[in-house]
Amino acid sequence: MKHKGRYGTFGGFYVPEVLIPALEDIEAGFEQYCNDPKFVEELDDLYRNYAGRPSPLYHAKRFSEQVGFQVYVKREDLLHGGAHKVNNALGQGLLAKYMGKKKLIAETGAGQHGLATSMIGALFGMQTKIFMGSVDVARQNVNVHKMKLCGAEVISVSGGTCTLKDAINDALRYWTSHIDDTFYLFGTAGGPHPFPTIVRHFQTPIGTESRQQCLDQLGRLPDKVVACVGGGSNAIGIFSSFIDDVDVELIGVEGGGKGIETDEHCATLVKGSVGVLHGAQTYVLQDENGQIHETECISAGLDYPGVGPEHAYLKDSGRAEYTAVTDEQVLDVFELFTRSEGILPALESSHALAYLVAQKGKLPKDTLVVVNLSGRGDKDVSIVEEHRPMI
Amino acid sequence: MGHYQNLFNQLNRTALVPFFVIGDPDEETSFELVKTAIDSGADVLELGIPFSDPVADGPTIQKADIRAMKAKMTPAKALAFIKRVSDYKPLPIGLLVYYNLVFQYGVEAFLADFKEAGGTSVLVADLSIDDADEIAPAATAVGLETVFMVTPNMTDERIQKVVEKTTGFIYTVSLLGTTGERTGLSDRVKPLISRLKGLTQQPICVGFGISTAEHAKEVAQAGADGVIIGSRIVKFIEDNLDDTTEMKKQVGEYIDQVAKIIARL
Ligand SMILES: Cc1ncc(COP(=O)(O)O)c(C=O)c1O
Repeated sequence: MKHKGRYGTFGGFYVPEVLIPALEDIEAGFEQYCNDPKFVEELDDLYRNYAGRPSPLYHAKRFSEQVGFQVYVKREDLLHGGAHKVNNALGQGLLAKYMGKKKLIAETGAGQHGLATSMIGALFGMQTKIFMGSVDVARQNVNVHKMKLCGAEVISVSGGTCTLKDAINDALRYWTSHIDDTFYLFGTAGGPHPFPTIVRHFQTPIGTESRQQCLDQLGRLPDKVVACVGGGSNAIGIFSSFIDDVDVELIGVEGGGKGIETDEHCATLVKGSVGVLHGAQTYVLQDENGQIHETECISAGLDYPGVGPEHAYLKDSGRAEYTAVTDEQVLDVFELFTRSEGILPALESSHALAYLVAQKGKLPKDTLVVVNLSGRGDKDVSIVEEHRPMI
Repeated sequence: MGHYQNLFNQLNRTALVPFFVIGDPDEETSFELVKTAIDSGADVLELGIPFSDPVADGPTIQKADIRAMKAKMTPAKALAFIKRVSDYKPLPIGLLVYYNLVFQYGVEAFLADFKEAGGTSVLVADLSIDDADEIAPAATAVGLETVFMVTPNMTDERIQKVVEKTTGFIYTVSLLGTTGERTGLSDRVKPLISRLKGLTQQPICVGFGISTAEHAKEVAQAGADGVIIGSRIVKFIEDNLDDTTEMKKQVGEYIDQVAKIIARL
């Protein structure tokens, strides 16, 4: 491998030898094309005319009144497919195309990345296989149907906890025997190098646009930037453009599940310890022997015991702060935000919003907070209905 | 000269290396099975510590890991298990482990304790040769031998790095993929063995997908110093979970059969 892929001591590529040629291939392809004018132009056109970029930065006034400070939401929920995942799927999908690959595989939790990859598979005429834990297949079945409609094959994974972690395991295993013609379109800013770097790169438009929109619409930078953290792609996408603006606080919100004092959560950065999972040295939820824990979270997209290595680095260096909110807080804010704004936030993104509710009364009224509304909540309606039945 | 090189020189035939997940299906039965393997003609043992996320393994060994973990096997207990095995008969023992388990235990402490228990070599399934130094200097310091994988898709340049870092044997992966039984022998294994022979004098043990006595024979005839059989043996455990006597019998008979075929070559 040409680069070590480290963020401080975090990151790296802890994978079986057989995968190295495939990762080297992607690393080389990315270096070759990411700044190639033709590639950049084609991707930019797809971002605009296929995905719907730039996404708006919207002042959620009625919600702001509820929390007592100014909340601006970055509307990634409005993108094609309903989430930020399309940014990365387009970028890596186009890279796969430039590299001459004919087949895509991807893992998915909530189904948003699986859907984004399936859309791009259809767009580029590539055969697509999506690995999804059987628990997630059941709880996100609308997305499963959409993926199939796009022509993808959805493989229900029943190993381990039957969620995102196991879907990644099986996608990696499948890849080891199909590396010659298959591109693994990794869905979050985690996994082995070069994925954290590549995913971050293709998600940076969230940050560059947000920063410019703040300057244009508000005449200044925000005080805080808040995003939910599963593997960390939407968060690193928006954080990346503000890292050098040292006065802007960066806050990542993880899935607190039934409470971080219980064992049923997926708050990896808040409660985990340093370990190695899925190719990266990072924070993981594990027992004292290094066996990876099962996780619990109302939102399938956050239900993962690892996290992208750059977030581990931002946490340890103190540049970003990570916290968690519970399922109940998330359900509360889902209702509150929908009623206040007429926008259904994804349960993942609702974690970021719930953090704001927890800040109510603690911040001056003119505090400017930008929240990454990473996805829309249509996929979650039946889950919300199950927990909070409308009579 | 290393333990393995010594043994392979003495044997003057291909060594038989069965693989077991330590603690599968439970600690005591697992110990009985390993003893059976030794008594039936194993020359070297390859033992794995169960891990929650074994990405290099196919379904058969994944299930074995789950069984062993349900039966409360831990890295510390696995080391004690290895001590019992080497007290029973001091065959060379190669360990297969995933990095996070070693990392949490502490790399140096783990390797020292494994050596103390009678271990011979260590192979970390999710460390490529680029990261050999996370393990190799510490292993060598306590007197362990190192084992790294060579795969059919590797360049000669990378293989050369493996040759430099290896002090035990070269774990030659017969195919592109995970562990698991296969009906046929991969057509990539013989060319890979010849390629390796042209690059190094080091011992070569072939694993992944070796399922029948016929596969073992072909690999032996192609010049392998050792043949590693994992999933096929672990499958006897899976198929006889409610009858440990039958389980032991099938494992013993299978190893005996392969050993005899190899011995006749
Ligand atoms: C809408 C939405 N937001 C966030 C996430 C979490 O992923 P990440 O942390 O990579 O942004 C997901 C994952 O499925 C998602 O669908």
